[in-house]
Amino acid sequence: MTKSLVVYLMSEPETPELAEAAVEGGADVVELGFPFSDPLADGPVIRLAAERALARGMRTRACLECLAEVRARVGDTPLIPMTYASLLEAYGWERFAADAREAGATSLIVADLPAGERPELRRVQLVAPTSTDARVALAAHETDGWLYLVTLTGTTGARDELSSSLADLAARARRLAPGVPLYAGFGISTPEQARAAAELTDGVVVGSRALLAAENGPAALREYVASLRAALDA
Amino acid sequence: MTATFGEYGGRYVPETLIPALDELTEAWDVAREDASFWDELDELGRTYAGRPTPLTRADRFAPATRLYLKREDLLHTGAHKLNNTLGQAVLAQRLGKRRIVAETGAGQHGVATASVCARFGLECVVYMGAEDMRRQQPNVERMGLLGAEVRAVEFGTRTLKEATSEAIRDWIENVETTHYLIGSCVGPAPYPELVRELQAVIGREAREQVLEAEGRLPDAVLACVGGGSNAIGMFAGFLDDVGVELFGVEAAGAASLSSGRAAVLHGARSSVLADEDGQVADAHSISAGLDYPGVGPEHAFLRDSGRVRYVTATDEEALAAFRRLAETEGIVPALEPAHALARVDDVQSELVVVCLSGRGDKDLAEALRALGS
Repeated sequence: MTKSLVVYLMSEPETPELAEAAVEGGADVVELGFPFSDPLADGPVIRLAAERALARGMRTRACLECLAEVRARVGDTPLIPMTYASLLEAYGWERFAADAREAGATSLIVADLPAGERPELRRVQLVAPTSTDARVALAAHETDGWLYLVTLTGTTGARDELSSSLADLAARARRLAPGVPLYAGFGISTPEQARAAAELTDGVVVGSRALLAAENGPAALREYVASLRAALDA
Repeated sequence: MTATFGEYGGRYVPETLIPALDELTEAWDVAREDASFWDELDELGRTYAGRPTPLTRADRFAPATRLYLKREDLLHTGAHKLNNTLGQAVLAQRLGKRRIVAETGAGQHGVATASVCARFGLECVVYMGAEDMRRQQPNVERMGLLGAEVRAVEFGTRTLKEATSEAIRDWIENVETTHYLIGSCVGPAPYPELVRELQAVIGREAREQVLEAEGRLPDAVLACVGGGSNAIGMFAGFLDDVGVELFGVEAAGAASLSSGRAAVLHGARSSVLADEDGQVADAHSISAGLDYPGVGPEHAFLRDSGRVRYVTATDEEALAAFRRLAETEGIVPALEPAHALARVDDVQSELVVVCLSGRGDKDLAEALRALGS
């Protein structure tokens, strides 16, 4: 079965072009970061990217416009804004969800809004190696489309090795979330890691390393994404 | 959202931390009903921290008022922070956590954390903004001497906001072995309530002491508010006494309650210095301990309910009060409670109690430079 590849990009003026390149390279889903000043779940690469995006004026409205521009370029590729609760609190929870959908969003990820809170806000839920079975089941019940398996106990960012915690988490999620697609993210950066993670799951999410590739422009990003695609399809 | 204080509070954190918060909530629910927990803390307070702290009359500082100072500056680490760190260290032991991570602004919480970690034999890592390390060098040296590792936070504002984010990220990374010993009544539930209960000893003692000294309750109680832990502990003793006016004094450049808006920062919904997009703004205060754009969610609730009035004091007003207390009473306050002292004259009450939350040794160089002497 084909494995899904999710690529995270930060909302910036260049992002529509980059997202198109990512999809050309083989991304099945694009996650679009809406930057927040205090991103607790993120390691240095995404934190710095958020700082830069904010300094360039990428506030909520600009991010929604960016989302609409990405939508115009990537056909029906699923697009998922990923952000933090403070942006929704300021914009209005329901209004944010409605305007994001209007701009082309398929779903939503709120990194600091755990399962069980605001279940009426449809979004992709995250589970972590520390999640109890009860919480995995709750997240699976509430999630929108697929379940995001956080492979490690930590923040986003590349690691040398694929986390050994993923196997246990994936096995538990398979048992507790029958039929729900499982995508693994955090700490996955190389084609080898993507391949190994995908053997345990239905897909992978790549963030920090994709941002670094995107620094060098659309062609570099396309090439990087294609290397992941090739590893997943091999 | 499971809010704790009206529409404020909650647990806005990544999923990774939820089981640890559940575990902490459970341990705290057991401990708070357990007399042996409070006995252990009372004993530590008496024999290690220096409790009860005295209530000192300050006639020369405020000749027109009967002013009393609740002397948390006389706790052995120099500030009220020790009340909280002792309690959380005992809880961490009950949780079987041997590694402690904390954030610090002025360094008072870092010193209090490093002290209890030394006392209990726990590993201690303290995150501190590089700008605060510069302003509060003596406390950096103390933490090192006490065996803590101080990690400089070199990005963003380089102050308490970023130090707190980094401490939380460390906790996310090491949650299975580590207790996050938060320094104020902020953060995700159960921390704001836990810290209030551990600091409530300030208000409990102050109420008894003022009744003993004056035979009546005070007209007004003042405390400075950064994150708000000394204030919430002080107010806890008087919240039910409707005749006692309560005042929280914020730094004018870090007035989360006086000029903030509802936003989410460091795991809780509260009143935050944030822009219309929910992005958190920088705070500016000469006092590193008040230089924080957020505030404990219970303070936001108490503001909205009208039970507590929140006012501000400028850097200059705090510096003037700092000097005036030194010259009139022979007490060098920390710059944080100097903000509360700066508003004493405006309260126009007969009998006033101020929480003197810490002593000013750490601020001498910075304050004397600012005072131009």
